[in-house]
Amino acid sequence: MNAFWIILTGSLVATCCSLLGCYLILRRMAMVGDAISHAVLPGIVIAFLFTGSRDSIPMIIGAGLLGVLTTFLIEFFHRYARVQADASIGITFTWLFAIGIILISVFAGQVDLDQDCVLYGEIAYVPLDLWLTDSGLSFGPRTIWTLGFVTLLIIGFILVGYKELFLTAFDPGYAAVIGISTTLWYYLLMTAVSLTTVASFESVGAILVVAFLVGPPATAYLLTDNFKTMLVLSVAIGVVAAIVGYYLAYWLDGSIAGAIATITGLQFGLAFLFSPLHGLLFKNKKAIPV
Amino acid sequence: MSEFIEFFSFGDANIRYVTIGSVLLASSSAVVGCFTLLRKRALVGDAVAHAVLPGVCLAFILSGTKNPFILLLGAFVTGWLSLILIDYITSRSRIKEDTAIGLVLSVFFGIGILLLTSIQHSGNAAQSGLDKFLFGKAASLVGEDLVVFSAVAILLLITTILFYKELKLLCFDETFAKSIGFPVRSLELLLTTLTVFAVVVGIQAVGVVLMAAMLITPAAAARFWTERLGVMLLLAAIIGAFSGITGAFVSYTAPAMPTGPWIVLIVSMIAILSFAFAPKRGWVARMLRRRHNKTQILEENLLKLLYQLGEQHEDYFSNRTLDTILSRRNIPKREALAGLAKLKRQGYIKRHAEGWALTQEGETRGKRVVRLHRLWELYLTQYLQLASDHVHEDAETIEHIITPELEQKLMEELNYPALDPHQTKIP
Repeated sequence: MNAFWIILTGSLVATCCSLLGCYLILRRMAMVGDAISHAVLPGIVIAFLFTGSRDSIPMIIGAGLLGVLTTFLIEFFHRYARVQADASIGITFTWLFAIGIILISVFAGQVDLDQDCVLYGEIAYVPLDLWLTDSGLSFGPRTIWTLGFVTLLIIGFILVGYKELFLTAFDPGYAAVIGISTTLWYYLLMTAVSLTTVASFESVGAILVVAFLVGPPATAYLLTDNFKTMLVLSVAIGVVAAIVGYYLAYWLDGSIAGAIATITGLQFGLAFLFSPLHGLLFKNKKAIPV
Repeated sequence: MSEFIEFFSFGDANIRYVTIGSVLLASSSAVVGCFTLLRKRALVGDAVAHAVLPGVCLAFILSGTKNPFILLLGAFVTGWLSLILIDYITSRSRIKEDTAIGLVLSVFFGIGILLLTSIQHSGNAAQSGLDKFLFGKAASLVGEDLVVFSAVAILLLITTILFYKELKLLCFDETFAKSIGFPVRSLELLLTTLTVFAVVVGIQAVGVVLMAAMLITPAAAARFWTERLGVMLLLAAIIGAFSGITGAFVSYTAPAMPTGPWIVLIVSMIAILSFAFAPKRGWVARMLRRRHNKTQILEENLLKLLYQLGEQHEDYFSNRTLDTILSRRNIPKREALAGLAKLKRQGYIKRHAEGWALTQEGETRGKRVVRLHRLWELYLTQYLQLASDHVHEDAETIEHIITPELEQKLMEELNYPALDPHQTKIP
């Protein structure tokens, strides 16, 4: 049963992240996703201090707002202070992450968080934190509920805003002409990324969030030229990584998050070499003139 | 306060070592960071920082010791490999650089975590402290470690100084460097190697996640204060060193405080202040400049309008009402009134009951703007062969910019003309 809960957690995170990641990598904003996943730390700590629990809805919202603030800061430094784009990302997230760690040290007695947990989470503990009613009825692990809720939210968001998200990613100029606010959808997307990060940080850690945001979408991107296929494919790839990763970790007796990230890398490597469309082996063959 | 004196007298050998260590680590990565920043590859440092972890773990698994040399070697190999992979993925597939960086970063780190936890669970007693690589401990850098890392830091600084000219050319004009026969590929490799070394060493101070800041932040801050690479390197080194010392001081006064985050916090604050307040490039300076330009343009446009009305009625010093002034050009009333009030304070116009009138100074300045406008229109039609109905817009902008020297030159080039392309008199 534990294995089931852990794999389910991994798959839920994989679903949210892979879907959003497709948009991120097409917008060339993979590193913004990376930045958000680290920069929500102070938000998590502050929200934790106020609410005293790890996965309540106010906390997810509070920390999610910090993710949006991160995006805003990156934009602000870049556009108004003219810091070059990559530097602006790097400065913003390291700064916020540093504040987060300092906050953890200051409130060490009150905050049950540490750096390891933030970086690579403790997915193995997911089945231990059960949601029990007063009468002792168990609804399964608490994290599953939070993550399930966020996953539904993300899927709903993508279904409702599919056209807008698609257009603002591929042809912002056209989107603007037909009256879609590119800024609004940009920030909505970033809000979704922050929500996902916050909801999954505790179970899987920042690093697996980044691995899922980038890995499965990048692999899918090498396998198809159709965007809808890419979305579905990347979710499937993410879920497979979660399952295989779990057993790899079990076999090596190591971190599950680390193992899943390793598998996403492996999947990418395979697609990079053998993808019928864009794989290295087939591309070379195509390049030979007939 | 007494702690302050105690710390900065450097009486305690331990304080001396920690300070020297932090300063060397922070400043050497800052210097190398300048080059990666200028090559627009700032985030690559982040990938390397994450990628050293599997190397450290592998080195430990293979050698079974925590000898800093061997661990450094392992870190160096995977760090270097990660950079090569990023380049390879970007050049050989349609994956973009940011995706490649994110992918390599998370996968390498994932492998590292997997190995690290696997080692920790294996019950090998020698492994404790390996995770120091993850979070960095500048304050506890002592003995053999300190010597090794300081040596690498000094080596980095020396190499940078030796190859200063070559690296500079690589950053600013790669094509030119290639054309005059510089070994660009080897130089790139050198820079890659320097970056990896800087990261491997810097991680000791601030840890994996914050390492990117040690490379990027001092360099980005320094960039705002100067246009010269030499000065930028020096400034970045000083900013890095300063935050290194401060970080060491903080962890001296409050041992429970993590040194790395404090170093990063301080260096980030310096950077953010630089973005805001640096002269010339800073945000505030640019806002002020833009504001100044805007009011100057508004004032000159108003004077120009008054002068043109004068031309029309062949009477430059009569009163004009606001509506008359704005009849030729659409300026928001509020703005126009503010501009007129300012012009009055400066003595360019006089306020009368029924409107405003130019003073002698105002007439001269208005005339100059009109003259520049028409001169430029003439220049464009004569020298660029533009149609006379296409030149007005351009002249509208340039009339506020042309200096007296340029004006003189234009007059000479155009042979002191009397009429503009619309057959109006040039005053």
